[in-house]
Amino acid sequence: MTVGSEPADLVSRQKYFGWITRLSAAQRGVLIAMLIFATMFIVYGWKQAVGLSPNMINTAANKGALLALVAMAQTLPVITRGLDLSVGATFVLANCLASTIVVGGPVATTFGVLGVLLLGLACGAVNGLIIVYGRLQPLIATLATSAVYFGLALAIRPQPGGLVNFELADFMTRSTLAVPHTVLLLLAVVLFIWIPYRRSVLGRATFAIGSSEQAAYMSGVPINRAKMLAYTLSGLLASIGGILLTALTYSGAAKITIANEYTLNSIGAVVIGGTSLFGGVGSAVGSIFGAFVMRTVGDLLIVFDINPVLQPLFVGVVLLVAVSLGSLRVLRIKNRLDIYR
Amino acid sequence: MSVSGVIARQFDRATLIAFACVIVLLLIGAMVEPAFLSPKYLIQQLHTASFLGVVASGVMLVILLGHIDLSIPWTIGVGGMMATGATGFLGPEWGVTLAVPFGVLCGALIGMVNGLGVAYLRAPAMIFTLGMNAVAQGLMVYHTGGFAPQDRATEFMRELAVGHFIPGIPNPLLIWIVLGAAIVFMLNRSVLGRRIYAVGNQERSVFLSGVDTRKVILACFIFSGSCAALTGVLLAGWANRSYQAMGDPYLLPTIAAIILGGTNVLGGRGKYVGTIAGVILITILQSMLSVVQPQRYFAQLGVDIPADTFRQVVFGVVIIGMLLIYGRQQLVR
Repeated sequence: MTVGSEPADLVSRQKYFGWITRLSAAQRGVLIAMLIFATMFIVYGWKQAVGLSPNMINTAANKGALLALVAMAQTLPVITRGLDLSVGATFVLANCLASTIVVGGPVATTFGVLGVLLLGLACGAVNGLIIVYGRLQPLIATLATSAVYFGLALAIRPQPGGLVNFELADFMTRSTLAVPHTVLLLLAVVLFIWIPYRRSVLGRATFAIGSSEQAAYMSGVPINRAKMLAYTLSGLLASIGGILLTALTYSGAAKITIANEYTLNSIGAVVIGGTSLFGGVGSAVGSIFGAFVMRTVGDLLIVFDINPVLQPLFVGVVLLVAVSLGSLRVLRIKNRLDIYR
Repeated sequence: MSVSGVIARQFDRATLIAFACVIVLLLIGAMVEPAFLSPKYLIQQLHTASFLGVVASGVMLVILLGHIDLSIPWTIGVGGMMATGATGFLGPEWGVTLAVPFGVLCGALIGMVNGLGVAYLRAPAMIFTLGMNAVAQGLMVYHTGGFAPQDRATEFMRELAVGHFIPGIPNPLLIWIVLGAAIVFMLNRSVLGRRIYAVGNQERSVFLSGVDTRKVILACFIFSGSCAALTGVLLAGWANRSYQAMGDPYLLPTIAAIILGGTNVLGGRGKYVGTIAGVILITILQSMLSVVQPQRYFAQLGVDIPADTFRQVVFGVVIIGMLLIYGRQQLVR
């Protein structure tokens, strides 16, 4: 029966592939970022002469986790249709402070870590206060605060140097049974910060604000508190990244190039991870994979014997391609008026 | 409208506050050091300000459209390095003659890619220009990494940056005055100017009025790239050579100057006179910090703080403080 076979075919197709259409835009973004990363990493492992050793995976995870934390920090403001250009500076400031106070015995180290996290929260809260209650544009406000934070980082550490508690640093960057501890750290951040945030009233409110602040306001969404929370948590995540950087380098350095590089790459990672720069859609999990994609670009350059000084060029090209792919919707728009806002 | 009316219209509240701040800063400076009010010092400040003024002129048009150009640091770098390295591309003869146009042309090309991405692909300007900045950086690193390029400024570039075509007025200042006058005329009296403001207010309506808004955006980005590259050329002449990170200190001051001058970040509103005020304010502020040297005061207290800390912190605080006075957005209602 040829008539009946077509619906049956459709049913079976829906049975097997229907889940793709049931995914939300953010989940699709995460999935795509995962696939890109998996492909790139397999190519990397295959081209690598020595193959994938646990040691190599650990190094790759450590490098990727640094950017992943900063990218997660960037994700929260972007979801509210904002932006945080100070994540890189907060990251560097946390690095400089951690290289000063995360030292000594276990008690002193614990208080040091808490101090750095508090500093991150404070940086984020200042951004939030200026943007929410000062009503300044996020772009300009965070550009200005990034100058302030970087200035403070320079005051703490005029010359690169410092120390960090060796046991803590070693524990953070080691791997157990081929599972890098930094991956566990990312997992913990997702489980204990991102998912509770995503499911809380204020967390959900940030998505509503990103879609339409006007509509969110009309529906009684607590706009101010939700935005404050987004920026404050962003500072916290960036400072966790700063502590990890200290653990990896055993020192602190106030370099504007590091701050700028991480801010730029974090935006790239967020875009690759499927978060919309127009707000309302996104996931910190996607940003983690986006960050690993950005980092693997550098590794691929090395195995394919391309001059590593070309890394900024390739990172830039990846960024441009990612943004342009996102713009392909222009081709699907039937009414040209919808292109213009 | 009378001539005085036209002039008065150029000065909005933000411009007046910015100019008032310049005067207050100069008076405070004069109390510490009387030489602050000497014509020599003021001309020297305007000379320094003109580098910032030229790059801000281009970026301002982009901001008026409601977009932003974050690719200026390395577009400045490209302008300077391509102008000094022109002999490597055009040969020893043409490379010297066409060094300046070649540098500006390279900047225009970067601006064109930005414009195509933003106007035709409808990519968010912020991220697209940030990506272009990285690409420009990569290309320049490749340019210097492959072989040792010529990085000395030509005689003409040197003359352009430090000479005096009209006695008493340094050439960069002259360039800024001519460029500024052209922009003021363009914004107030030409169709393109009207369209720039209109696109910044509501692009949709402009499109419905039968204007190809994409061409307006493209033109502004090309202009912004050219201005940044011209600044690079001037800076290379000023320092007598070009170097990789020459544009890095210009991103924050440029945007700050434009915003402090009362241009709305979301586009559609802003006067060029305001940008002039913002540029002068930022330049005087930088100069004051290097003259007053607060780090010495702290060193006396036994606290060693690098000078750059004060520059960064004061910068950030001043920008936020001034914007809190007159740059706040509407409440969502």
